[in-house]
Amino acid sequence: MTISRETAINVTLALVLLAMPFVALQLGKPFYVTLATRMAILGLAAVGLNLALGLGGLVSFGHAAFFGVGGYAAGILASHAFAGQPLNLGLFALPGTNQMLVVWSVAVLAGGLLAAAIGMISLRTSGVYFIMITLAFAQMTYYFAISWPAYGGEDGLSITIRNVVPAINTLIPINYFLVCYALLLTALLIFALIRGSRFGAALQASRQNELRVASIGIAPFRVRLVAFIISGMITALSGALYADLNRFVSPSMLSWHMSGELIIIVVLGGVGRLWGPVAGAMLFVVFEFVLGGLTERWQFFLGVALLAVVLFARGGLIGFLAGRMRHG
Amino acid sequence: MSLLEIAELETFYGASQALFGVELDVAEGEVVALMGRNGMGKTTTIRSILALSPARSGTIRFAGRETQAMRPHLIARLGIGLVPEGRRCFPNLTVAENLSAAARPGRWSLAEINGLFPRLAERRDQMARTLSGGEQQMLAIGRALMTNPRLLILDEATEGLAPVIRHDIWTVIRTLKAEGQSILIVDKTLAELLPSADRCFVLEKGTTVWTGRPVDLTPELQDRYLGV
Repeated sequence: MTISRETAINVTLALVLLAMPFVALQLGKPFYVTLATRMAILGLAAVGLNLALGLGGLVSFGHAAFFGVGGYAAGILASHAFAGQPLNLGLFALPGTNQMLVVWSVAVLAGGLLAAAIGMISLRTSGVYFIMITLAFAQMTYYFAISWPAYGGEDGLSITIRNVVPAINTLIPINYFLVCYALLLTALLIFALIRGSRFGAALQASRQNELRVASIGIAPFRVRLVAFIISGMITALSGALYADLNRFVSPSMLSWHMSGELIIIVVLGGVGRLWGPVAGAMLFVVFEFVLGGLTERWQFFLGVALLAVVLFARGGLIGFLAGRMRHG
Repeated sequence: MSLLEIAELETFYGASQALFGVELDVAEGEVVALMGRNGMGKTTTIRSILALSPARSGTIRFAGRETQAMRPHLIARLGIGLVPEGRRCFPNLTVAENLSAAARPGRWSLAEINGLFPRLAERRDQMARTLSGGEQQMLAIGRALMTNPRLLILDEATEGLAPVIRHDIWTVIRTLKAEGQSILIVDKTLAELLPSADRCFVLEKGTTVWTGRPVDLTPELQDRYLGV
């Protein structure tokens, strides 16, 4: 069996990301562990977006909503656990928790519900209207978070102590990196399974032509909605991890900048490519860190890089290195 | 009882009317040819059957159900397999994905299609956009068969293909007919179409103007309705 070039690049990326924090520790630069964790988390968020954008052709400019909701799930549950007050939901009260497994489940559930609601309405539109309506929904969650004083409003919400996973001390950065890395690999596996499935074929087909899909007896709306919900769930999970990484949640996680960054990450890495979002996230964090250290206006250079990718490397970094997308 | 029955079908594209009362029916196991010159409403009739261009008035009954108010994917699921004009595959999917996306249980499976079109089996992992025109047409037919339709609709399935591929496709159509597959077919090659068809419907300016057996379609009638 021959290994395709893309597979080789993917494996290299996976190993580089995994090795990075260990090398950093050897070199006595523990800060880089956090940087690698950030890459893994943003990569995970972009894997979620890639499902909608890359496979379904759904240019969602509102994925910050899911990212932020995941973040707030972590922040709110942790703050209640810390204060020892249950979370009153009207009909019943929920105790706060500092268990990440619970936090993740709540984040994924909340992200999925929000994606279902947003998707039900947005997916009736397409093209530029879809972009605008998803942006509008995300901005609604943003202003909601700003104007809700109970959880910090504009100032955001701190997580006093990072939430915990049974048997793993997440306060040690390298451990937390490995947790995030494992979740990233799981999400990539889910993405690969979906892409190879009948559902994935229908999703990609409906990107091409809705009527043609309907004429073989598949409801394009339902396929897209399910994809959008799964996409929102993955991005919400990454939001929860991001909140725990920074031990802080703020409305900026919900802002349109965040949605834009996620799109940039996917485009930089390679739309629809399995490891595209990870490559994009690594590139993005490197830009942010290296150029951000040199100039405040590092986003100018990010823009130049994005322009270069769009003009000269349509498949993003992965496409540039591995050539056009191949199947089978 | 008829599998497909269309009465007084009127369809519009925006403000302009394309169909002015089409009558058509297909019985179980029958091959029906839908004929007429260009622009007379053959493709529009087919689009209306699947509600891709919804009918404004008239009735369409398929398998005993009125379908004109149903949504396209639900009509397709009742058992209509469309091979659209111009070989419309999904170019961004592989051959195998094109076929498996459409699959519904029944006589036709991936293995059966590969038997019918060995070329597709050879190219199963290739993107549909890289196939030749003839291969794309085979794929479009294969995809429609994968839905295990009660009625197969072929819209200009042999148009613009090399004679040898054309011949292959007609062989497949005859095989399907021999198996008792109901087929509604639009095609320009009368020499191949007439021997295969059980009945013919001729459209002119959006209405059905002639119905009958192929042997009754005399050269004079052909010249009157189909000649250029």
